[in-house]
Amino acid sequence: MKRVYVNEKWCLGCRLCEYYCAFQETKESDMARALKGIKINPRINIEEKNGISFAVSCRHCEDALCVKGCITGALSKKEEVILIDKERCVSCYTCILSCPYGAISPSQDGAIKKCELCTDSASGIPACVKGCPNNAIVFEERLG
Amino acid sequence: MQKEGEIRIPSGCAISGILNKTGKRISGEAIIKSIAVMHDRSNGLGGGFAAYGIYPEYKNFYALHIFYDSSHVRKECEDFLERHFDIINLSKIPTRKIKEITDEPLIWRYFVTPLPTKLAESQLDESEFTVKCVFRVNTRIDGAYVFSSGKNMGVFKAVGFPEDVGRFYRLDEYEGFCFTAHGRYPTNTPGWWGGAHPFALLDYSVVHNGEISSYDANRRAIEMYGYKCTLQTDTEVITYIIDYLNRKKGLTFPEIAIVTAAPFWQTIKRMDKESQEIHEYLRTMFSAQLITGPFSIIVGFDGGIMALNDRLKLRSLVIGEKDDFVYIASEEAAIRIVEPELTKVFAPKGGEPIIYTVNETSERSGN
Amino acid sequence: MALTFIYPEYEVIRNSERCITCRVCERQCANEAHEFLAGIDKMVCDDSKCVNCHRCVSLCPTHALKITKSGNTYKQNSNWGGKYIDEIYKQAESGGVLLSGMGNPENYPVYFDKILLNASQVTNPPIDPLREPMETKISLGAKPQNIKRDKDGKLINNLPPRLSLSMPLMFSAMSYGSISYNAHECLARAAKELGILYNTGEGGLHNDFYQYGDNTIVQVASGRFGVHPDYLNTGAAIEIKMGQGAKPGIGGHLPGAKIVGDISRTRMIPEGSDAISPAPHHDIYSIEDLRQLVYSLKEVTNYQKPVIVKIAAVHNVTAIASGIARSGADIIAIDGFRGGTGAAPTRIRDHVGIPIELALASVDQRLREEGIRENVSIVVGGSIRQSADIVKAIALGADCVYIATAALMALGCHLCRSCYTGKCNWGIATQMPELKKRLNPDIGYQRLVNLINAWRHEIKEMMGGMGINSIESLKGNRLMLRGIGLNEKELSILGIRHAGE
Repeated sequence: MKRVYVNEKWCLGCRLCEYYCAFQETKESDMARALKGIKINPRINIEEKNGISFAVSCRHCEDALCVKGCITGALSKKEEVILIDKERCVSCYTCILSCPYGAISPSQDGAIKKCELCTDSASGIPACVKGCPNNAIVFEERLG
Repeated sequence: MQKEGEIRIPSGCAISGILNKTGKRISGEAIIKSIAVMHDRSNGLGGGFAAYGIYPEYKNFYALHIFYDSSHVRKECEDFLERHFDIINLSKIPTRKIKEITDEPLIWRYFVTPLPTKLAESQLDESEFTVKCVFRVNTRIDGAYVFSSGKNMGVFKAVGFPEDVGRFYRLDEYEGFCFTAHGRYPTNTPGWWGGAHPFALLDYSVVHNGEISSYDANRRAIEMYGYKCTLQTDTEVITYIIDYLNRKKGLTFPEIAIVTAAPFWQTIKRMDKESQEIHEYLRTMFSAQLITGPFSIIVGFDGGIMALNDRLKLRSLVIGEKDDFVYIASEEAAIRIVEPELTKVFAPKGGEPIIYTVNETSERSGN
Repeated sequence: MALTFIYPEYEVIRNSERCITCRVCERQCANEAHEFLAGIDKMVCDDSKCVNCHRCVSLCPTHALKITKSGNTYKQNSNWGGKYIDEIYKQAESGGVLLSGMGNPENYPVYFDKILLNASQVTNPPIDPLREPMETKISLGAKPQNIKRDKDGKLINNLPPRLSLSMPLMFSAMSYGSISYNAHECLARAAKELGILYNTGEGGLHNDFYQYGDNTIVQVASGRFGVHPDYLNTGAAIEIKMGQGAKPGIGGHLPGAKIVGDISRTRMIPEGSDAISPAPHHDIYSIEDLRQLVYSLKEVTNYQKPVIVKIAAVHNVTAIASGIARSGADIIAIDGFRGGTGAAPTRIRDHVGIPIELALASVDQRLREEGIRENVSIVVGGSIRQSADIVKAIALGADCVYIATAALMALGCHLCRSCYTGKCNWGIATQMPELKKRLNPDIGYQRLVNLINAWRHEIKEMMGGMGINSIESLKGNRLMLRGIGLNEKELSILGIRHAGE
């Protein structure tokens, strides 16, 4: 199964991943129009300290605490991707509290949001991966 | 308009060759017949022949065939020759007046041997000394042009269709064991006799059909070694390459083919280790003598003949055998006209040298 | 000094309609030209800090940025161009020699652009490289005068050690120190994959790159930094650098600030000490001294490595090359006056040396006239910009070309010519950790491979058009070239005819 992996060695902390993620979420065709004047709330975030930076997003854990803790069954795992059913989500934020990586966040539309690997995009490649200028975020299959 | 040698003129052509493997001498009639069939492959702007074994009585002397623009130039050239050679015999080359061949220059023949004192002084061997003198005449004496300089062989060439050139030179009256012929289709030419083919140096003669794309690379490389490409023709540079590789560097004719029409690296890679090493060595050592672009050539040399196509085989070349005779031509028809009942007919592959030599026990090698 | 006379040369134009204040420009500019004003939620820019490297332009996700030449002009003056005025202000302020990075940008003739290539029509066929083999493989080095046979008449391989390359192109010298570890890794890996060579420059060879030895030319320059027997024996060839096209007659200087960690170790000099390469080799004051160094290096390497001697194209380059051809060197590298550099005094870079096209044509011709052209191979560099330049250089008589600027551009270099500042925003000419990491070798090496493979395809197309299916037959084949807009003298030096002739 292909996953998003980050390599802190090549992360420049440029935060383009955050913007490409936010842009992807808007489904707009032009980034300027989509994000102009908006404070973004991306599903991937750069953590940065002492000159080291890397991107954090949902790791689609094998034994996912968020899925276990979800009180309505809105979070589920299909083909190893943890997906959110916005209709079922009641914004109890249990998942946000239980995610050890801080990869889940509240959203404007009454549900939580998290990285779903851009499963609905045409190219099948997550927007953050496509937008990373230095291959610090990759989408690949790794053994083990 | 620029004269041949001042400008490079591409040509299409017809070539033909006949060899008797036992060294039996035949008349020049057959080769005229053969080349005449390919009339349409030339345009009347150049034809010629090389004939081997035609001067048995003078076989130890260099036979110089020379064009002169005027008798004044002849005098100047003969003075030069007398200073460097012992001239055993000299005469006009016999010709037949025919209406198809016009504007002929003075055409003379000299049987010579280098003056021993001059030769010793030059510290060169006999052949190199002769080559140097030929180049001297061709580059320094304006209006004189040595177009044949081998032993027991001669080149006969003119502006015209080859079959007319043959009749003009009375080729039917000569007897030799090997002949090659050439009909030329230059794209433009002022029609200078020296520009017709074959091109010859010492015993090497070349008839060539094609237009090589490596010309200037070959020319500039060979000119490093004392050759002067005065005609700017492919045939001239190919002849010099063969002379250089064979006479000066000591390569055999099969090795010359590896150099000039080298197999591709991808082919070499598939060879057994030993041939791989030889091919890599020759291609590297003599990279500047690789010839690319279309060519089919017949090389005449002392005691044999080699037919060779470019590495992609971009020009036609057919070989036929019957008894002691070998026939080589651009078209099979040019062979069938002379010998309809061939025992073997084949087209050599690109870069595959086909070499025939005259048996050493033959009547040719009497010396 | 409070007063600066110079108005910024470039302006950063921001389309505020498109700017989403993502601040990538700010984060990526090592010169700190961009700034986010939180109070008014706006990006602003200090044009005076901009070096026009295009890092921000390339990374801006909404294409909100572009850089233009500033419209500020001095009073029109054909003699005192703005550049000269600015330079005077700069020197009046600093009291120093002007420094520049990359090659000579001045408006001298580019002869490659005034040479046209031939193609076959009718009398001989063009060859389609997609259908027929098209050979670009070359071999560099010396050749013996004569063949040798054993007693059975079998040919003996008497060729001295030579370099074999898949195509007539190599990456020329750029030292580890002047460029980053990652840039070196890109070059080394690309050279290996492409079957060509890269060059260490005068910075030694990092331990990690010994594995690429067969694709490495190790350089010995006047400072002798990083030279030891292992280094010499690891490379496929050794290059003695006598000169460089960007700064003929000038040495090199890598400031102590860059001599840190691995660089200091690789150069074998203490951390923080300036690496100064003298203008001459202090053991080479003449051609016979050069010969001694050539043979010293051959002794160290047991005569197993070809030796390259690299010189800058200067006025008497032909005589120098002829001397080198007789010095025991296997290959001569000539660097034209447009060749790149990390740093050179501006006046030297812009006013010393001659164009590589002319130098190449004269050297090739001279060595042929002396009958020694086959004794050595010739490699030329100094602004080979694209594949047609290579074809033209080979047809003029080169065996191979050196590229460096083009290679760096494949890695991201935008020719801002500020290498000497050490703040390369593309992670190439820098040793700052946060900048260095901007060049990910996995991406960089692939881009180099792509570029060279694209050129290889183009070279094959051009060769095929000329009816030539092996690079050997292109070498020195000047009939394939015609000049356009050149005078008689230029044509005669280049040894080519004018178009239409």
